[in-house]
Amino acid sequence: MKVFLPAALRIVLLVLLVAFIVYPGWFEPLFKPLTENNAPAIYNQGSLLSLTLQHLGTVAVATIAAIVVAISLAILVTRPFGAEFLPLSRSLVNIGQTFPPVAVLALAVPAVGFGEKPTLIALFLYGLLPIFENALTGLTTLPANVVEAARGAGMTNRQKLLRVELPLSLPVILAGIRLSVVISLATATIGSTVAAKTLGEVIIAGLISNNLAFVVQGGLIVAGLAVFIYDGLMALERVAARRMGQTVS
Amino acid sequence: MIEIENITKRYDKQTVVNDVSMVVEPRTIAAIVGTSGSGKTTLLRMINRLVEPTSGTIKLDGVDNHSLPDYELRRSIGYAIQGHGLFPHRTVAQNIATVPLLLGWDRERIDERVDELLKLFQLDPADFGPRYPHELSGGQQQRVGVARALAAKPNVLLMDEPFGALDPIIRTKAQEDLLAIQKHFGTTIILVTHDMEEAVHLGHKIAVMDGGKLVQYARPAEILAKPASSFVETLVGSSERPFRLLSLGRVGDAVEKGSAEGEAIPADASQRDALAELLWTGKPALPVKDTDGKALGRVTVDGLVKLAARPA
Repeated sequence: MKVFLPAALRIVLLVLLVAFIVYPGWFEPLFKPLTENNAPAIYNQGSLLSLTLQHLGTVAVATIAAIVVAISLAILVTRPFGAEFLPLSRSLVNIGQTFPPVAVLALAVPAVGFGEKPTLIALFLYGLLPIFENALTGLTTLPANVVEAARGAGMTNRQKLLRVELPLSLPVILAGIRLSVVISLATATIGSTVAAKTLGEVIIAGLISNNLAFVVQGGLIVAGLAVFIYDGLMALERVAARRMGQTVS
Repeated sequence: MIEIENITKRYDKQTVVNDVSMVVEPRTIAAIVGTSGSGKTTLLRMINRLVEPTSGTIKLDGVDNHSLPDYELRRSIGYAIQGHGLFPHRTVAQNIATVPLLLGWDRERIDERVDELLKLFQLDPADFGPRYPHELSGGQQQRVGVARALAAKPNVLLMDEPFGALDPIIRTKAQEDLLAIQKHFGTTIILVTHDMEEAVHLGHKIAVMDGGKLVQYARPAEILAKPASSFVETLVGSSERPFRLLSLGRVGDAVEKGSAEGEAIPADASQRDALAELLWTGKPALPVKDTDGKALGRVTVDGLVKLAARPA
């Protein structure tokens, strides 16, 4: 029962979410009370499915770029030759985080124009910090005798990194990616203010036409996606950690 | 054979290992004993170049250990450390296969070797091979740590306090296992420990280090009988000396003619154990039998007490 209930709940919610994205018309009666003056209850200026896919695509591209850059940076500054760059890279990544995404959008638009690009830049900068910080924590808190054993066994620095250090830091790095993805999912909605195709369009359309039903729809889909992706990555983390006899709270 | 010649290691102005020279004969165990900060671990780590010496050379079977890249050198030398240092994300079998894999052995040969080692350490390959280190007891983890160090059949095995984290009972068992395995493979072992008892029990020769210097390097009996300095004497522990001396000898060498009543003592038991048995049973003498159960004679308290006296 203990295992069954959460699993069943997840399946029901997932089915509801997918059904809503693919056949939003089925849910019209639910949203009708939120509209006024006979306004449409279901978003009618585009397909929710394609907006959802574009939203996820944008987040995926930005997150993968952030993962590659943040982990490379973390590896670099934890090697003996890169240790000098640790403070510099820390502050660079922190600056990325202190910039409000709206400000990044505003600055990026004149440089790269409207559309997908400024959103990708904002999401990328925003996603860096959690991944970098966690990768750094993971790589600097490895059990000393395990790393010593790797060296003693005759691994080259590269083998030590790939076969011992990275796999051992994997649960912590995954936690950073999870945070980053969830933040990006939410932040991507404001990309629609600069004409990126994301679920933000639905929310903004609702705000402009004073249609609460649109706002709720957009918000619900983004929230649902965030919950499921969070959940999935958490499960992945648990698997990675359990193999090593650790537990993830 | 390991030849250490005038090895010195300095960090800034602090000299950690100071002009140490010693030779470890092939197929023997050398125990390096000292307090913490005596430089014993640094000396050990310079053999497989986890630490680079400031000056001096170390030769393994006549070859300078700087004639190879450091990682290749380390693959040819077994290395076991305190708290085993097993890779927590790899199974027992994968852990043991670490060095053979780095050396590019083929799959079949690796599997064969892993099975052989697990059996040698009394771990069932089918049961323990696929387990993760955290699923083992402390003693089992330590055995896997030593098995991993021996996987690529190294001629030399370096051990840094390998039994430090074990409780006394498992520790004694692990020491016996090590002696058996050393005999089996003929490996040359250098073992760092702070425990003189362990050093006397395991070492063919004992190197005593103090403040970075090699104070005495001799056979256990000589260390016990003629400590080179008051430091060595303290380390030996004057109240333990006679018993440690007895622990070096076998009952078979203390047999006297005659017979005695009581349960027979095996000839390969240590004289110390025999004395303990005599004192405990309150008998002046006990019979001695060989491994086949044949009576050899008897061992007496008086005889053992004479053997425990300081050698002339």
